[in-house]
Amino acid sequence: MNIELKKKSVLNWWKILAILLLFYTVIGGLLMEVPRRDILNESIRNLYFHVPMWFGMIIMLTISAVASIGYLSNSKSRFDIIASEMVNMGAIFGILGLITGMLWAEYTWGKFWSGDPKQKASVAGLLIYFGYMVLRASFSDDQLRARVSAVFSILAYPTFIVLIFVLPRLVDSLHPGNGGNPGFNAYDLDARMRMVFYPAVIAFSLLGVWIATLRIRIRTIDNLVIDKNYEKENSVILDHKVK
Amino acid sequence: MELAKETLALIQKEFLLEWRQKYAINGILLYLASTVFICYLSFGNSKLFASTWNALFWIILLFTSVNAVAKSFMQERAARHIYYYSVASPQGIILSKIVYNAIIMSILALMGFGMYSVVLGNPVQDKELFLINILLGAIGFSTTLTMISGIASKGNNSSTLMAILSFPVIIPMLLLLIKISKNAIDGLAWSVSSKDVLILVSINVMLGALSYLLFPYLWRS
Repeated sequence: MNIELKKKSVLNWWKILAILLLFYTVIGGLLMEVPRRDILNESIRNLYFHVPMWFGMIIMLTISAVASIGYLSNSKSRFDIIASEMVNMGAIFGILGLITGMLWAEYTWGKFWSGDPKQKASVAGLLIYFGYMVLRASFSDDQLRARVSAVFSILAYPTFIVLIFVLPRLVDSLHPGNGGNPGFNAYDLDARMRMVFYPAVIAFSLLGVWIATLRIRIRTIDNLVIDKNYEKENSVILDHKVK
Repeated sequence: MELAKETLALIQKEFLLEWRQKYAINGILLYLASTVFICYLSFGNSKLFASTWNALFWIILLFTSVNAVAKSFMQERAARHIYYYSVASPQGIILSKIVYNAIIMSILALMGFGMYSVVLGNPVQDKELFLINILLGAIGFSTTLTMISGIASKGNNSSTLMAILSFPVIIPMLLLLIKISKNAIDGLAWSVSSKDVLILVSINVMLGALSYLLFPYLWRS
């Protein structure tokens, strides 16, 4: 099997950046000064780990939706692989976001689950993308799967955005910054926290994209191997017929 | 103009088909009636809270519409789809299905409301807003579910797919509908619900536009 792949350097600049920022986030996020607030206290540090998960999820689902549009316009299987792997990674970020949020809620709101509108909306959003995964699994033909799931993904993405950004804003939420709760909005999030928060968002998003690109490469190589084997088998059959 | 004519012809075809084999519409009517009756029997003689009444009503409508709309692409044989493919444009087909389903769903929803009020009581104070909301809901359900049934019909095990794909996608719409109809039950002023109605209509327009744009890609396969 001699499949030629473009040789790339193992670590691009953005991967090095991701590693450095992740170290900074973990160390700085746990050790640097944070403002003292009632109820939140030290749990305010969860901002550095919980909120970047949602940023990462939205970034990856957006990439997936764009890749789906790309697939419909030129039917390259690469776009399909990107779309599906980005959804997988986005869903993992969503689950992590939910878990970090629920752990935090246990200590500040007193309950893992208190029916907060944002909790409900994020679970509903995850359900949409679990549906996408089941949809993908229900096809045996690759091209049909790619096209139909791209159509569903483009239909689902705006619904997801409405679910996450519009609906929770219509009702009061327990979340910091909503419904008169002390929060992290513009004037509350002070300079010390921003120093860690923005790098944390970048770090976790880069990490997610990094993992997704690895999986995309594995899938691409798998496809190449399958194609090669297919060609080989067919050429054997052809040779046989000729003889 | 061409498209409008084509869509009208296709809607006519849908009604004709329905008229000739009435089991589909009768089946779904019976489905609605027995669901309402089962809910009525399950609650016994206990009086329902307005919010329970409301939620139960919309859940019944949701299940009915999923079942009613699911057949739009699964009912006819593949060979006939190929025939439509050769004589009609995909835009015409999706528009006609959406409009047809919206009409059927409006009729079903209004009949459902009637039956539901008879057996489980009717706490609604603002009847007009409630009826408008039902019509909005019927149109919204048909827009979303028609496209999803097209997607689900391509996969294996399409009836399960129909449910798991449509339920989460319809949540925003369902929540808004329940909120508006709660306002109608409480008899609040229309200005309270106007914002929600606006969002509902815009979600509807968005999904309709997406279906119109995306259906040609789905149809090609």
